[in-house]
Amino acid sequence: MKIGRVAGTVVSTISAPIFNGRKLLLCDIVTPQGEPTGDYTIAADTIDAGVGDTVLILDEGSSARQIVGQTVAPIRAMVVGIVDEIDIG
Amino acid sequence: MKLGRVIGTVVATEKTPDLEGVKFLIVQMLDKHQQPSGDPVVAADGVYMAGPGELVYVVGSREAAQAMPNPFVPVDHAIVGIVDEVSLA
Repeated sequence: MKIGRVAGTVVSTISAPIFNGRKLLLCDIVTPQGEPTGDYTIAADTIDAGVGDTVLILDEGSSARQIVGQTVAPIRAMVVGIVDEIDIG
Repeated sequence: MKLGRVIGTVVATEKTPDLEGVKFLIVQMLDKHQQPSGDPVVAADGVYMAGPGELVYVVGSREAAQAMPNPFVPVDHAIVGIVDEVSLA
């Protein structure tokens, strides 16, 4: 998983059926210190995250399919947690 | 998943049989501000309605094939949605 920060939302009417009714979040990938890496991903929301939240981003297909409860679905990136705190020892 | 802009189409008559009926589009990958970022890719149209000029989002790797009716096609990028709107905070 990666750490991201929700930068915005993506609205799509015409999409693969698995995305129907799912909120898509555009997330900057950040370092553990919270600095933007310059990379981003569009991830489906599972936990009602919002703009500005630091989030955990899953980017792996079979785990994503497990979350959506489908064996075949073109979905990979999902926001699976809202980060409260990161402590780097 | 990332944003992309459809910039063209690809027609290939001779191809591996599993790719019969798959529509291929050339997609310029974009950064979150919709500026070109990286090389264009050839992506299968998983929504059957994408065309040149459209802003789309693209899934890569194994999940791309799962956007297609036959999920075992040899496809590594697929358009899984047409973007209506991107809002950044």
